[in-house]
Amino acid sequence: MAWIGLLPFFAYALLFLFIPAGEVIVGAFKDNKGAATLDHIHKLVHQPYVDQYWLSIKISLITAGLGCLFGLLIAYAALRQGTPRVVRAVVTTFSGVAANFAGIPLAFAFIATLGTIGVVTTFIKDHLHYDLYAHGFTLFGERGVELVYLYFQIPLMILVIAPAVDGLRTEWREAASNLGASSWQYWRHVGIPVLMPSFLGAFILLFGNSFSAYATAYGIAANGISIIPITIGFYYSGNVLFDPHFAEALAFGMFVVLAVMMLLYVPLQRRSARWMR
Amino acid sequence: MEDYELHDEEFWRKLEEESMSRHAMLRRSAAAAFGVTLLSSPAAAWAARRGGAEALAADGTPLKTLIKAAKKEGHLNVIALPHDWANYGQMISSFKKKYGLGMTEDNPNGSSSQENQAIRSLKGDKRAPDVVDVGPSFAVAGADEGLYRPYKVATYKTIPASMKDARARWYGDYWGAISIGYNANLVKPAPKSFKDLLKPAYKNKVALNGSPLSSNSAVSIVFAAALANGGSVNNITPGIDFFHRLKQAGNFIPVDGTPQTVASGQTPIVLDWDYLNLAYKKEFPAVHWAATIPSDGVYGSFYCQAINAGAPHPNAAKLWMEFLYSDQGQLIWLKGYSHPARFKDLIKRKKVPAALIRALPSSKLYNKVKFATPAQQEKAKAEIAAKWPSI
Repeated sequence: MAWIGLLPFFAYALLFLFIPAGEVIVGAFKDNKGAATLDHIHKLVHQPYVDQYWLSIKISLITAGLGCLFGLLIAYAALRQGTPRVVRAVVTTFSGVAANFAGIPLAFAFIATLGTIGVVTTFIKDHLHYDLYAHGFTLFGERGVELVYLYFQIPLMILVIAPAVDGLRTEWREAASNLGASSWQYWRHVGIPVLMPSFLGAFILLFGNSFSAYATAYGIAANGISIIPITIGFYYSGNVLFDPHFAEALAFGMFVVLAVMMLLYVPLQRRSARWMR
Repeated sequence: MEDYELHDEEFWRKLEEESMSRHAMLRRSAAAAFGVTLLSSPAAAWAARRGGAEALAADGTPLKTLIKAAKKEGHLNVIALPHDWANYGQMISSFKKKYGLGMTEDNPNGSSSQENQAIRSLKGDKRAPDVVDVGPSFAVAGADEGLYRPYKVATYKTIPASMKDARARWYGDYWGAISIGYNANLVKPAPKSFKDLLKPAYKNKVALNGSPLSSNSAVSIVFAAALANGGSVNNITPGIDFFHRLKQAGNFIPVDGTPQTVASGQTPIVLDWDYLNLAYKKEFPAVHWAATIPSDGVYGSFYCQAINAGAPHPNAAKLWMEFLYSDQGQLIWLKGYSHPARFKDLIKRKKVPAALIRALPSSKLYNKVKFATPAQQEKAKAEIAAKWPSI
């Protein structure tokens, strides 16, 4: 009977996840008078929406990829046995805070530092005589948004990969060395296979985290970056493009992208976790 | 004439001085509301007020009865009225002071569509907005949908015909023109036209007030840019092309210009309504904000006032409308640098203090103003929806 304790969770998930998601899926196939239609879905596979999906996917892949890579390296450097406890504590605490620092406050923080008149921009210009913005850097485009996303993607990776990195025992490394394995061989046959299942899971998590981010990108460059969540916002509450059912269709398209990611992820995950069975 | 001007300037000075006793203020504003020239003695003002009680609110209710009924309701719900927008802050505080009604201000930064949506979704709810201030296309759509209650204010006749619905379900309240606002500390030389904005001196400096994909105001900017580049209210394409060139030149920054970005200097040039850019001037003296009407493209747009058909406080809503369209209300808007619907009437009747006229850019520029009809706007929006994402 212990599962009864889960009821509140299921009720919560039903009310705030499954029912809204169901609404979105049903709404995506309705026109503005409520009749069934495939028009919205048909529009999705045309411009400019194809480009917008691609941009969303690209930003998510890049920030998830870089986030996973740097997050793993930092986690490994900070958490492996032998690192001073204080470094460990600082890195995990900071990650806990930074991974949850997103949305408008994060956008503002970056604008205040790296915006056209941000403190860092101005400092570099005044003291190092290098005008970032004159040399093509801009916070208000795709690269800028990616940079900002990494601020929460890397710490999130550190947090989720930490248990797996912790699980890498020094004894394994010693045993491998004793048996004559090179560093490369150790990583190839022990380190990477141990980390891989968690790594793939973390990648999917980071991808979804970035793919669904709205407020951060909106705060930085609502006008300069056409990613799907921003377009959905325009269709859902805008004064110009108002069409809630099409917004639902765009959201449905995001479900499809995430479903495809999961379809790729499940077999990879199963394969990478073979050694555990 | 000069006497009259002095008189009115005096009125504004007094209105601003909160030290003035509340009673005297009420009498003065009541007198102003009836379009009676200000009388210096409170007793005379009282007399004027009594005389004015015969003025009828246009749906037949004497204003006095309306005030009584509104006071009985005791409350007014408004929506989407930012205090720094067209002087709504003063409008709201003056109204509250004058009639002693409580006001609930919902969703101050809401959009027109959210306003109409609030009427729909809060139907029968006492939290529903009593009045809305929406863009013309939303006013037309809302009226067709039966969201609004027809009502003619006492001054209805003096509102230009081009700004009102034939059945008085909505009418224009104030209009503005697209202007170039700039931070004179950071922007030299001063830009005067859209053409100027393409110059290398303005690299990474030009911002819009929002995205044309979600904001009517931003669509208006594209209209103005179109007028400046050989387009017309029927042809917005040259405006979209202009922003493409602006982006190519590296001058366009996709940050939404807001009071915050203006104050911080993050958006050194902001294209926005004149009443907003001119208001920043006063609001943020440190940034030396200046505003001008672009000489090559003058585009204007008005907003529309309407009463919710199911308003929870219908009489308070009517009283609010009477207040907005009274000389006092109209001058409050003008003081916020937006041109009130009855601007011409006020000028004709010499009700506009010279100081207010002086605070606005030259009327020569305003005379070139063009407005697009809702149909032209719909056409332009469709084109923007298709082309803007890839500028």
